[in-house]
Amino acid sequence: MGNYAIETVGLNFNFGNQVIVKNLSLQVPKGSIYGFLGPNGAGKTTTIKILLNLLKSPSDQVFIFGKEINSNRIASLKRIGALVEQPAIYGHLTGKENLINRCILLGIKKTKADEMLSLVGLAEAANKKAGKYSLGMKQRLGIAQALISDPELLLLDEPTNGLDPNGIIEVRNLMIDLATKHQKTILVSSHLLAEIERTATHVGIINKGQLLFQGTINELHLLSKPMLEIEVDKIDSASSLLTRSGYEIMAKTDRIITIPFTSSQKSGELNTLLIQNGFTVSSLYQQRKDLENLFLDITKTN
Amino acid sequence: MRALYISLVSEFYKSRKTLAFWAAILLPVIVCGLISFGFYSDAEKIIAKHYPPMILWAHYSGAALGVMGFLIMPFYVIFMAFSVNNIEHKNDTWKMLFAQPLNKFSIYAAKYLYAVLLIFICLFLFATLTYAFGHLLQVLIPKLNFNQYNPLNILVNSYAKLFLSSLGILSLQFILSLLWADFLKPMGIGFIGTIMGIITANVGWKYAYLNPYSLPTLALRITKVSKNTDPLEFPIFTQEIWTSLIYAVILFIVGYFIVTKKSIK
Repeated sequence: MGNYAIETVGLNFNFGNQVIVKNLSLQVPKGSIYGFLGPNGAGKTTTIKILLNLLKSPSDQVFIFGKEINSNRIASLKRIGALVEQPAIYGHLTGKENLINRCILLGIKKTKADEMLSLVGLAEAANKKAGKYSLGMKQRLGIAQALISDPELLLLDEPTNGLDPNGIIEVRNLMIDLATKHQKTILVSSHLLAEIERTATHVGIINKGQLLFQGTINELHLLSKPMLEIEVDKIDSASSLLTRSGYEIMAKTDRIITIPFTSSQKSGELNTLLIQNGFTVSSLYQQRKDLENLFLDITKTN
Repeated sequence: MRALYISLVSEFYKSRKTLAFWAAILLPVIVCGLISFGFYSDAEKIIAKHYPPMILWAHYSGAALGVMGFLIMPFYVIFMAFSVNNIEHKNDTWKMLFAQPLNKFSIYAAKYLYAVLLIFICLFLFATLTYAFGHLLQVLIPKLNFNQYNPLNILVNSYAKLFLSSLGILSLQFILSLLWADFLKPMGIGFIGTIMGIITANVGWKYAYLNPYSLPTLALRITKVSKNTDPLEFPIFTQEIWTSLIYAVILFIVGYFIVTKKSIK
């Protein structure tokens, strides 16, 4: 229990009759970057709002650093910085004023505002009205707001939304920095697995309010069966040869044959077999089913 | 208490560049300025009427009070209640506000108090500027007899009544603006309420005081009646004021329960 920054125990949440979150048991270890994945409408944002006590959870189902959230609302919120959906920004105030307002609410020094602006690369736009910011700049200002109180736990709801590739990389590096150098715990939601794959140490996959997978990123990789892809000429005769020799063909295009990967030695034997029968093998490589497809598989069966 | 103070400071910080805040200052400056200018340019006629000093003050201050009490005040209150809440609706910042480590009551109470404060500032300036501009007119046109009567008591009493009698409307409009993000619903309801209030107050309906929107009109009407008898003797805490305060307190509490139940989707 003591090792989790966030723990939910059989969390259920409904809007009226509509079940949004069902028996959800998240376990976010301290110091991890936890990728919270799911398609749109899976219940990610609702879960994050529950973790911020914006939506009231049933008692004894949500724990932040081991403390029940409803009875420790203020103490819990003090340790959390959050970016939920679109960043909450006052359009008529400048970027700096938005941060100063946050400093006032949190009772921290106003000099923090400048520090955060340079951290997220908005120092030059500090005195520009935030309403005139581009989507990416707003997103960065939102991240600055989440970071300003130097919280131990960050909840970031699709933080790379609207960012250009450069911005995405910056946010990614910032997250890794925060987790490794500053020992923050980060829960980051996304509907793009590729996005999470690069940063997350742990992954939770949610669909229709249910947790379908939870574990480290390596455990997720293990779920995907490796395949052997063979690029070969005369593809039809090659595939009939392979079938005759007892190989199971998973997929075939006009250039590539895919079969399950068993071991490097077997791959070598297969290569020899093809060459001895007069085929030209231009490439032969082990391919893991990419996580994107795995993710689709996991969410589809639900 | 600290959370309440912090939230209040933040309310000021957020709104100091908006029309809602400046309206509290500009409205009295403009209205009192125009009336004083009118008196200044019409000084000859006014001097010719040989008003006694008290009646001169009554005419002069009544011009601002009349416009304010019957027409502008209810709409000003509606606008304040709207703008304090709209700043969060418009920017979609309710969720951020309630995710801060501050108790929800302080956040809500600070918003309400801030609206009360803006109305207070506005009316306080009305009273102060009426007094100051009256004396300024006296300096500019020495033939007027503003200096022979001290209107402070009557000004303070009238504006205090106007302030207290508008709190009922404020609480009601505050809830409406909390519930609906758009301007038309609270404004529409407020508009109908105000018209009904003015009508019921003016026809002297026995239960007119139960409509919060009629309370400023009722409160000021009694001021006017008393002016003909003894202007210094009218009580502040009349039935209208009590009704307004009771409405204000009950609706303030109701508003808090709405805030705590408000799902932030």
